[in-house]
Amino acid sequence: MSEEEKILEEVTGADYKYGFTTDIESDTIPKGLNEDVVRLISSKKEEPEWLLNYRLKAFETWKKMEEPDWANIKYNKPNYQDIIYYAAPKQKKKLNSLDELDPEMKKTFDKLGISIDEQKKLAGVAVDFVMDSVSVATSFKDKLGELGIIFCSISEAVKEHPELVKKYIGTVVPTSDNFFSALNSAVFTDGSFCYIPKGVKCPMELSTYFRINQAGTGQFERTLLIADEGSYVSYLEGCTAPMRDENQLHAAVVELIAMDDAEIKYSTVQNWYPGDANGVGGVFNFVTKRGICHNRSKISWTQVETGSAVTWKYPSCILKGDNSIGEFYSVAVTNNYQQADTGTKMIHLGKNSKSTIISKGICAGKSEGSYRGLVKIQKSAENARNFSQCDSLLMGDKCGSHTFPYIEVKNKSAKIEHEATTSKIGEDQIFYCNQRGIGTEEAIALIVNGYCKDVLNQLPMEFAVEAQKLLAISLEGSVG
Amino acid sequence: MNLKDKLIKAFQETESTLSFQKERKDSIRRLEEFGFPTVKDEEWKYTNLLPIIKNEYALSASESLISKNLLDEYILTETETNVIAFVNGEFSHELSDIDTEKITLCPLSLAEKKHSTVVQNYWGKALPEHPDSLVALNTALSKEGVFVHVPKNTVAERPIQIVYFTTNISSDLFLQTRNLVVVEENAQVQITERHQNIDQKEVFTNSVTEIFAHDNSLIDFYKIQNDKRNCSLIDNTWVKQGKNCTCTVDTFSFGGKFIRNNLSFLLEGQYSESNMRGITLIGVNQLVDHHTLVDHAVANCQSNEMYKGIFDDNAKGVFNGKVMVRPDSQKTNAFQSNNNLLLTDSASIDTKPQLEIYADDVACSHGCTVGQLDDDALFYLRSRGIPFKEAQAMLMYAFANDVLSNVKIPELKQKLNRIIAEKLGVQIDIEV
Repeated sequence: MSEEEKILEEVTGADYKYGFTTDIESDTIPKGLNEDVVRLISSKKEEPEWLLNYRLKAFETWKKMEEPDWANIKYNKPNYQDIIYYAAPKQKKKLNSLDELDPEMKKTFDKLGISIDEQKKLAGVAVDFVMDSVSVATSFKDKLGELGIIFCSISEAVKEHPELVKKYIGTVVPTSDNFFSALNSAVFTDGSFCYIPKGVKCPMELSTYFRINQAGTGQFERTLLIADEGSYVSYLEGCTAPMRDENQLHAAVVELIAMDDAEIKYSTVQNWYPGDANGVGGVFNFVTKRGICHNRSKISWTQVETGSAVTWKYPSCILKGDNSIGEFYSVAVTNNYQQADTGTKMIHLGKNSKSTIISKGICAGKSEGSYRGLVKIQKSAENARNFSQCDSLLMGDKCGSHTFPYIEVKNKSAKIEHEATTSKIGEDQIFYCNQRGIGTEEAIALIVNGYCKDVLNQLPMEFAVEAQKLLAISLEGSVG
Repeated sequence: MNLKDKLIKAFQETESTLSFQKERKDSIRRLEEFGFPTVKDEEWKYTNLLPIIKNEYALSASESLISKNLLDEYILTETETNVIAFVNGEFSHELSDIDTEKITLCPLSLAEKKHSTVVQNYWGKALPEHPDSLVALNTALSKEGVFVHVPKNTVAERPIQIVYFTTNISSDLFLQTRNLVVVEENAQVQITERHQNIDQKEVFTNSVTEIFAHDNSLIDFYKIQNDKRNCSLIDNTWVKQGKNCTCTVDTFSFGGKFIRNNLSFLLEGQYSESNMRGITLIGVNQLVDHHTLVDHAVANCQSNEMYKGIFDDNAKGVFNGKVMVRPDSQKTNAFQSNNNLLLTDSASIDTKPQLEIYADDVACSHGCTVGQLDDDALFYLRSRGIPFKEAQAMLMYAFANDVLSNVKIPELKQKLNRIIAEKLGVQIDIEV
């Protein structure tokens, strides 16, 4: 084994750091999915009639749909009757402050490195923490309330702001959109809700942390984010799950609505359990994320995907309004037996709409990474502009990297550029570093970091640090 | 009776008279099972075959003839070439002009008798194990085509011109043509191919060409697609390459109402090179679909792909380029580019440059653009007294020239120049 191979081996052989389970009693319902389960979830959440009907309708749709198999991923399809669709951490009374929180759960926060208190004091980030489907804590609620910003769990929003939820839910991602969105619409248990009123610039980063804790459960969260005219919000989302042998299912739906002149920045650091080095276990991550842009508004998706055994995720923008902007920045790291089929869709409908796609894939071990994207310019989209760049970096000769870009243009004034490259870290690049006294390991770190910089730069400060750490964990011990 | 049933019936009637019984039977079974592709098939997502296959077609036509003068309009006349011509699917002695001792050039039906070992060894061998229905259909029903065999250490000095004419047909016609090109070690050949309808009736051609490039060989294949507007063509080309050989397939699509090109290269020997280039220049009610596949099965090979498209009026363009790098095909260089100009809002282009890579030490890239002519460049030319139309034509001409400049037969290059100028509706005398 050459020196380089040895280091690559070492670099790509790191274990999952967030593999702990929290010993909290949780309230679960029996496995399986049928109409009664949907009704049970709805009644447990004390939901109004219209939402129950919405769920039942989605469930009917789902029953008629087939699980998609067009993605470039191979996995044993989950048995949907063998999943627990509701698992809430048991907590009898409502909390008044964070101090009353279950100490075990507080430990979980600490281990995740997002100590709520710390964040509250130092970073000024408002966090909504969702564990096994149920939202357990939301910080900074009062402070946000003063500005008229609503930031709470979606079940709370259903109770307190039903008119908003009813008006917008399912408008961007209809229940019948795809197999997983239908499933989610039927059984979603919690998630975040956010509303930024007209003209308000949200003063702090809003953040949600998702965690699957209970064995055999699925996480089906639903996020609905509405930025009213002229407002701005930056939203962060983080995900982890403990080590489990069996595959856990995560099927989320995220809907963003940017009204005229609004701007939404949505960042995700996804670090679900990727399975062990032999490809056993891990989370199936089947997520539908989509945003709609009205006139002069902007939606920017940034994602760092390092976890999950299987990822199936295409954060999209519907650029409906004139002069609207959609952006997609992504780093997807796959290692061992991970598979990722991810990318974006930019649907241009409005005049002068613009979109940018920067996708960086890093594949190591025996993993497979795919970029799948669609850029669609409709007839109405005068002067639409798109720039796409998707690069892949291969580490090791057993991994695979693929690109499937779809470009459909129906307007002559469109300007579309697409470029893609696939390569490995050049021996000459490493040699250049070695020559200047930088060890091979540091050199790889340096190059990987430089390679991802375009994307990492888009992340808010706190997350950029975390994302770099995650890249480090995914790829080696010391990339930093 | 729909077309599929009609084809199956025709097969059963002629079955006993055909060679390669087993292959043909397997193939017709494939057609029977899968039928014609629909837009639900990923490979046919953007191209709807239904309007073409809905039509009533005769599957053969009576023998006919065209004049030598008419032939000359469609072939290169100044270059010394070997011409092999077919009328209504049958070989035409009168029109063909074959004068060669070094290589074998004859209709496939004759080759099956005279060169049966070569045909037995190669026929159908470049096709995948499970071909799509159209290739299967051709395998089952094709009776005639061109056979080219260039023996070891031979340079075919004259380019070969293949022309398929259709004329005097009593009803719309569906033809299956089949070419087999075998180029042995250290051999070299240039080939042009053209399908031309002279009749008012519609013609739909489903063609399969198999090309075998052995070690150190050199092949240039030019496809000129400038048929009448009532014609449809599905052109399947399968190339199998050995060591250290270079094979180039250039496709020039100007005419016809529906053209689908399936071009596949399989690189089986190291240090080989595959080139595919194309110019598409189409307008009213035309559709051109390029599907390419390069399969890098071994290391150290190179593939280059360059397709340029100009789409006017309500033309529709489709491009799907797939580069596959198999595990252990290290040191592969694969380059792919697809540039498109849309001249109107009713024209559309759907493009999908695809990479599937399973080896790490590779340099693969693709670039794809959709845009329009640069206003500054247009202004520059017009400010120097060049009328708008000519200025536009000059820029489009320059856009296409990257591909054109690679054509190695001077007369062909001139002819293509003329076709492009005519299509752009201008007189430009730029010679390249």
